[in-house]
Amino acid sequence: MARKITYQQAINEALAQEMRRDTSVFIIGEDVAGGAGAPGAEDAWGGVLGVTKGLYPQFPGRVLDAPLSEIGYVGAAVGAATQGLRPVCELMFVDFAGCCLDQILNQAAKFRYMFGGKAVTPLVMRTMVGAGLRAAAQHSQMLTSLWTHIPGLKVVCPSSPYDAKGLLIQAIRDNDPVIFCEHKLLYSMQGEVPEELYTVPFGEANYLRDGDDITLVTYGRMVHLAMDAAASLARQGIDCEVLDLRTTSPLDEDSILESVEKTGRLVVIDEANPRCSMATDISALVAQKAFAALKGPIEMVTAPHTPVPFSDALEDLYIPTAAKIEAAVHKVMAGRNAA
Amino acid sequence: MSQIHTLTMPKWGLSMTEGRVDAWLVEEGAQINKGDEVLDVETDKISSSVEAPFSGVLRRQIAKPDETLPVGALLAVVVEGEASDADIDQVVQRFQAEFIPGGDGEQDSGPTPQKIDLDGRTLRYFELGQGGTPLVLVHGFGGDLNNWLFNHPSLAAKRRVIALDLPGHGESGKTLQRGDLDELSQTVLALLDHLDIERVHLAGHSMGGAVALNLARLAPSRVHSLSLLASAGLGRDINADYLLGFVEAGNRNALKPQLVQLFSDPGLVTRQMLEDMLKFKRLEGVDSALRQLAQMICENGQQRHDLRAVVEQHPSLLLWGAEDAIIPATHVDGLPAQVKVLPGQGHMLQMEAAEEVNQCLLAFLQSVEQSGR
Repeated sequence: MARKITYQQAINEALAQEMRRDTSVFIIGEDVAGGAGAPGAEDAWGGVLGVTKGLYPQFPGRVLDAPLSEIGYVGAAVGAATQGLRPVCELMFVDFAGCCLDQILNQAAKFRYMFGGKAVTPLVMRTMVGAGLRAAAQHSQMLTSLWTHIPGLKVVCPSSPYDAKGLLIQAIRDNDPVIFCEHKLLYSMQGEVPEELYTVPFGEANYLRDGDDITLVTYGRMVHLAMDAAASLARQGIDCEVLDLRTTSPLDEDSILESVEKTGRLVVIDEANPRCSMATDISALVAQKAFAALKGPIEMVTAPHTPVPFSDALEDLYIPTAAKIEAAVHKVMAGRNAA
Repeated sequence: MSQIHTLTMPKWGLSMTEGRVDAWLVEEGAQINKGDEVLDVETDKISSSVEAPFSGVLRRQIAKPDETLPVGALLAVVVEGEASDADIDQVVQRFQAEFIPGGDGEQDSGPTPQKIDLDGRTLRYFELGQGGTPLVLVHGFGGDLNNWLFNHPSLAAKRRVIALDLPGHGESGKTLQRGDLDELSQTVLALLDHLDIERVHLAGHSMGGAVALNLARLAPSRVHSLSLLASAGLGRDINADYLLGFVEAGNRNALKPQLVQLFSDPGLVTRQMLEDMLKFKRLEGVDSALRQLAQMICENGQQRHDLRAVVEQHPSLLLWGAEDAIIPATHVDGLPAQVKVLPGQGHMLQMEAAEEVNQCLLAFLQSVEQSGR
């Protein structure tokens, strides 16, 4: 029986093992060590939710607390990446993207292209995404599609401890800037994770469930809701195929199309807001390239086009649920019968 | 005297917690004999048949097709002799009332593999059963101790049986020193030393067969008998394209056509099996270990090691699938050994024809021990 650890521990372990393996890897971010002014290793907090806990004393001088200025330390990380280091910077909440967007959008993402491949930017930006922590509109967004829109960035969204470790190691070794999106509500999730180093390749979706009736495409925390819905639907005689994208850029178009060509039906589940999202992107891909295979309309299960509400009751309504996924599947299945 | 037996969901391998009933192979009311296949069960890793551990009449099918049940759950009631429906009802009721899925943390308290440090390298092994001359199971190229999941418990009914992960495989250390056959055989010997075992029966599958043969060559006094399944080291021919394809495959689509060659039923190669294999192949050090070992096994499309001369030194059993697409069954020709070629079977015969393989192995080991050699 392989060892079980949490998603959070898997990320911490990937960082520690890569820092041990490669001295050019370092961490920079707000409170990633102990918070400015902390006197020693004992009270090092290790990030706002403790993900980098324990690294500061293990790697002296390589876990750097930055002032509360994303424009400053993200810029510094981008610069360090162009000069031969492998920074893992932490944008505490993805909602703070606006404070460092130029550094990512106009600098890191463009260097390889604008310098004709002579510059590489092996930067990882870890960031917390997603709703459900009662953290209100400025600390709960799912901005994955914002990064996915930008050519030159790779965007990763692990859904399990195994993927979190393997994808983060891959991200650190990758020579392009990678936005690594960690879902807050997954940090405590347990799963089997090898103790050894390993990588999970980018652009390879994970089939979590085989089925012939309908394809559910999703990523991040929604993977687990899709699996719950699929289990319930299986009891009703509907076999869902569940695809976890793992990375939204690069996107595993082949697996999505291959699955829809088999099932003829698609529901895309995305925790993000619905406009210009992974949900619309994948729907468009399938409508364009697998239209002939479709036996019914494509359905999307997403958050509404509103900010994330602070009210508990409203936030619960905002986030997609397994019940909503099930309802969408029934709608698509009925579309076939009606036709 | 009559006896009411309960047939329960088996536990295949370390990670199985539940199984899905695929189909019943025996009707209610039919007579079954010990070892008969009673129903098909599918897990997220593999599908196989559940065999009856006792004879009798299948009186009650409790599990329904498509039903997913935890390990240890009641599948059927088999009666030896006479029993009324009321008696059976009572047994079923009592079983269901007392059954706790996951059985008192069965996963935690049951036997688990051990990890030891042998000369600075981790070695994982898994021990079941006790008594008799121990039997050691050696898996093949790219495999691990789970390759024996359908064999290990049956073989261990009356004997200590040890399966291990060879270096570069499973959860053993991935770094090879020389990457030659001696290194693998010496690792098995080192495990025997560690466990204070003087003499063993050795069973090896594919490359593991060559490891066993080579161990017998290096340390003949440590080997009581050899059971060689689809073994390497007994002829020149080998499907070198398979070895290369397996090593090179980095994703599902590349790996699938390779793994399909191992089985007579290609349906056994599920996405889960591919995913598990990819998880192994992605571990740091595995790729270079596999490349080293592939070169050790095979040169210019032919096997390097000819260990045919070792066979006659020990009581030997050769088991092969007639349709083996990796190493041809014709390698048994002319060898002084007990030989059984199973029609229709492929390279992974210990998984696909588990029951037959187990019976052959048990009968062989018994005959070896009775003959007193």
